Amino acid sequence: MSQESIISLKNVNKWFGDFQVLQDVNLEVKKKERIVVCGPSGSGKSTMIRCINRLEEHQEGTIVVDGIELTGNLKNIDSVRREVGMVFQQFNLFPHLSVKENITLAPIWVKKMPKAEAEELAMKQLEIVKIPEQANKYPGQLSGGQQQRVAIARSLAMNPNIMLFDEPTSALDPEMIKEVLDVMVDLAEGGMTMIVVTHEMGFAKTVANRMVFMDEGRIVEEAPPDKFFNNPESDRTKLFLSQILNH
Amino acid sequence: MNIDNKIESRKPPVATTGFIGWLRINLFSNWFNTIVTLLVAYFLYQIIPWFLDWAIFSADFIYNYKGERIIDRSFCSRVANPEEYHAACWSIIIVRFYQFIYGFYPVEQVWRVNVTYFLLAIALIPLLVEQLPYRKHLIKFTIIFPIIAFILLYGGFGFEIVPTNKWGGLLVTLVLGVFGIALAFPLGIILALGRRSKLPVISMVCTLFIEFIRGVPLITLLFFGMVMLPLFLPEGINMDGLVRVLVAVTLFQAAYMAEVIRGGLQAIPQGQYEAAQSVGLSYWQMNRKIILPQAIRITIPSIVNTSIGLFKDTTLVIIIGLLDLLGIGRGALADATWMGLSNEVYVFVALVFFIFTFGMSRYSLYLENKLKTGINMGAD
Ligand SMILES: Nc1ncnc2c1ncn2[C@@H]1O[C@H](COP(=O)(O)OP(=O)(O)OP(=O)(O)O)[C@@H](O)[C@H]1O
Ligand SMILES: [Mg+2]
Repeated sequence: MSQESIISLKNVNKWFGDFQVLQDVNLEVKKKERIVVCGPSGSGKSTMIRCINRLEEHQEGTIVVDGIELTGNLKNIDSVRREVGMVFQQFNLFPHLSVKENITLAPIWVKKMPKAEAEELAMKQLEIVKIPEQANKYPGQLSGGQQQRVAIARSLAMNPNIMLFDEPTSALDPEMIKEVLDVMVDLAEGGMTMIVVTHEMGFAKTVANRMVFMDEGRIVEEAPPDKFFNNPESDRTKLFLSQILNH
Repeated sequence: MNIDNKIESRKPPVATTGFIGWLRINLFSNWFNTIVTLLVAYFLYQIIPWFLDWAIFSADFIYNYKGERIIDRSFCSRVANPEEYHAACWSIIIVRFYQFIYGFYPVEQVWRVNVTYFLLAIALIPLLVEQLPYRKHLIKFTIIFPIIAFILLYGGFGFEIVPTNKWGGLLVTLVLGVFGIALAFPLGIILALGRRSKLPVISMVCTLFIEFIRGVPLITLLFFGMVMLPLFLPEGINMDGLVRVLVAVTLFQAAYMAEVIRGGLQAIPQGQYEAAQSVGLSYWQMNRKIILPQAIRITIPSIVNTSIGLFKDTTLVIIIGLLDLLGIGRGALADATWMGLSNEVYVFVALVFFIFTFGMSRYSLYLENKLKTGINMGAD
């Protein structure tokens, strides 16, 4: 444990109204670590990772990302968002912008990059996600798998240190899941720090350094994939695994 | 087995294509439809020839039935010989055409108005044509057009000042309509964003403002602009009458636009906000680049609709003494030399309004179709 954490959640609590959605969540993520988060629906997985780039606000505890603490301070929030990329279940591409414009928008407006340079960067990112030929199309003209890869490219263009994925393949048809997972595996091999909420256990086994299992707003179990899949400690984890592995 | 023996695709049984097919589907699909079609056709058959005869074929323009030049109402065929002549006498419009278009704008300066009309047409082009080379630069011109128009029309910067009480007719109608719409648009956007703001003070102020303005008839606001606005200004500052009316019209229109745009904002999925925030865009960047372009695109037809409403409502300024197109018309009718030709005046005024509002409504239809069919048009 010599290395410092790049993401650190300490005793994080969060409520939606009276409903406590996160309870004493503690999580430390080191640089280049790949964490896969799983758990039943409504267990707070999305809420937890959305707290990390402040799409949701936590009410108690501390969240520190790359040395910056997330508080009400808008400047800190901006700095953290530059460090952290996020990929959503529903892709959330900007439908009125072309693929290339989707990718260049943030570099141009947030990083003040010259347009030509941003376009070159966009093409490079599109090569990485293997769809450079789609650059001038609009999101509505792409398949789900292609859209999600554009969304990944859009995040990567901001050169983040950390990537968050919230069920990136759940909205995809089976034949498209692989093309997205392949890109994510490449990314992991390139050394990206990643937190991935997914139920793709094959992906988890090959890529994750650590599995995190959540239930009812708590982190119930945290273990390397080997131990997690073959020898889980908690009964709830066992039940969950038996449900998702046997259907 | 018999591959060559393909079944020929049969022709549709009755004509559903071509002109006859179109008639059958749209006008004669059942007995009720057929009766309505015939009734309407009969009605049009009665009305159109009669109207064309009244307005054009038998009408007086410059000379009357005796070939005399018409200089006042008594020369009109239908006044001079009411037994035999009933058709329109357009001379009232022709003689007073200048007033209808420019009001009492000095003749030697009127080229400025013409240049403004011309520039207005140019400023509209990038709004009408989406695929246009250099559209971005033309849009910049459209945005600064109101300033150029103001200097040209009012004066200053070397131009002689033409006070607004000399303006009239179509000029006043267009100034109120175009400026009112153009100024209300950004204000409406701000109000719509404000009403949805997370900061309670801002959202409350915007909501109160919008609801107050929408709860009050335009005519009340016009009186407010005329009578009460000067009371709010520091002493010694005298606000121009037309400007005061313009303020009232703009506020009125802004409140309606705000509600329309707010509807559009509500239609934008939460994911768009989240994606914009997650790539690091600030609040204003997010709205300017992601949210508003989409929200405005889907609400343009409604924006145009409220604008048509405003354009027609500008005629209310007559009540507080401004001479817009309708005001000039009524002025002409009050003049003893032309009294009694109200049909001609009102038909003419209606026609001018119709041309503008019909243009706007076609524009909104065109956009609606484009939104329905087009995947997505290039962004700004
Ligand atoms: N904005 C919100 N307001 C109120 N309740 C919310 C809100 N967002 C989420 N919740 C609730 O918080 C709980 C956790 O939601 P969350 O989306 O984090 O779950 P999840 O683990 O990601 O589930 P899933 O697998 O279905 O995506 C759920 O019960 C959900 O109904
Ligand atoms: Mg979720």
